[in-house]
Amino acid sequence: MGPRGRGFGIQVPAAFEYERATSVADAIALLSRFGANARVIAGGHSLLPMMKLRLARPEFLIDINDLVELDYIRSKGGSLAIGSMTRHRALLESQVVGKLFPIFHDAERVIADPIVRNRGTIGGSLCQADPAEDLGAVCAALGAICVIEGALGRREVYIEDFYRGPYDTDIGVGEMLVEIRIPALPNSGSAYLKVDRKAGDWAVVAAGAQVSLDGPVLHEVGIGLAAVGSAGAYAHAARAVLRGQEPGPKLFADAGRLAAQGCEPVTDSRGSAEYKRHLVAELTARALTKATARAQNRGRKTAGREGTAPEGRRY
Amino acid sequence: MTININGTDYCRNIEPRRLLVHFIRDDAGLTGTHWGCDTSNCGVCTVLMDGQAIKSCTTLAVMAEGHDVTTVEGLEVDGVLDPVQQGFTNEHGLQCGFCTPGMMLTARALLDDNPHPTEAEIREGISGNLCRCTGYLNVVKAIQWAAAHPFEIAGG
Repeated sequence: MGPRGRGFGIQVPAAFEYERATSVADAIALLSRFGANARVIAGGHSLLPMMKLRLARPEFLIDINDLVELDYIRSKGGSLAIGSMTRHRALLESQVVGKLFPIFHDAERVIADPIVRNRGTIGGSLCQADPAEDLGAVCAALGAICVIEGALGRREVYIEDFYRGPYDTDIGVGEMLVEIRIPALPNSGSAYLKVDRKAGDWAVVAAGAQVSLDGPVLHEVGIGLAAVGSAGAYAHAARAVLRGQEPGPKLFADAGRLAAQGCEPVTDSRGSAEYKRHLVAELTARALTKATARAQNRGRKTAGREGTAPEGRRY
Repeated sequence: MTININGTDYCRNIEPRRLLVHFIRDDAGLTGTHWGCDTSNCGVCTVLMDGQAIKSCTTLAVMAEGHDVTTVEGLEVDGVLDPVQQGFTNEHGLQCGFCTPGMMLTARALLDDNPHPTEAEIREGISGNLCRCTGYLNVVKAIQWAAAHPFEIAGG
């Protein structure tokens, strides 16, 4: 029922029961008790619009906004552990995140707007599994590991196994996402590029890339695409041709073409499938170029520090 | 359920699905907060929760229990306008006024975090608030005025 006296023309979710979790264990107990019709709500900026449109109709909502123990960013030896309740804003403002994995800052700057970023969380973004979602593509490029907790304890799932399809994840009944781990990758750089129709909109297409260098050649390569199929499209064929090769415009253009061939865009109001494939090719090549430049730049800085330069001198 | 809005507790019996914007407007009777796109795009429903700007059309009222909510009615204190309000007055930062409450609360939160924002930071800061009159230039000037007059006494 909407506001009194105006019961038409408004968007209000269907009725549900609401509980506020007081701890992770409490949230898991509530999720177990309410079963398949329960959903976790964090920022709510993906779920509530879906509920208004009746695209999602959970009967029980478990609010985890009080779980400050899931709001953290920890770095250790070049890796990151990010609590699932970490807000977009915290990711964007984190210096360590920007230093280790600049792809996060590239993406966060173009996710919705600052007010939405105050509320939205990384866990909510991944669990929504929207194919056009940006952080899913970022985590795909970075080879993230999702830590899922349930009554029986924690389990770790590679991002490739986390997504089962559009709006579908590996999280089972009575489970929740508690942490996202980004493995350390030495001599690496990363970048994210997105084409959208207007500031803050969902991607027409976006591409993220991470590369690591072994001397002059590419060692590890990750690619994540948004809005071209199920959440977290990985462009495996493109990745395969890059490993062990010397980076360059032709190689990256070839990789972009392979990524475009391998994805599954659909024609919709944001553009034709043909146009989206064109964007995949171009954005993948550009993201690889930018990620490689960042890796090379980082390598030069590291070399300077470890060389004979006096301490404190900046290059 | 009780929500504190502008320092006053509003205790109401509501369904969990009641959105915060409707609680504020229809249950608390504070109609300064506007209700626009209902999809967290336009920002006219922006309020502050614990000092942080949020879109109240995409927040359940029950999620605000235990938090301090500030609406446009709470910007003025004892008849003295907030510098942001005075800035919007002085620099003609509104035309039709529909986006204005959300704009002003976003500006308040922006200046609380960053008292001396650049023009680019202001434009980025209000990028979640749409003005259908497209009067952004004067909105930016209004926020710049507020940044330059943090303690200005209004009405003078």
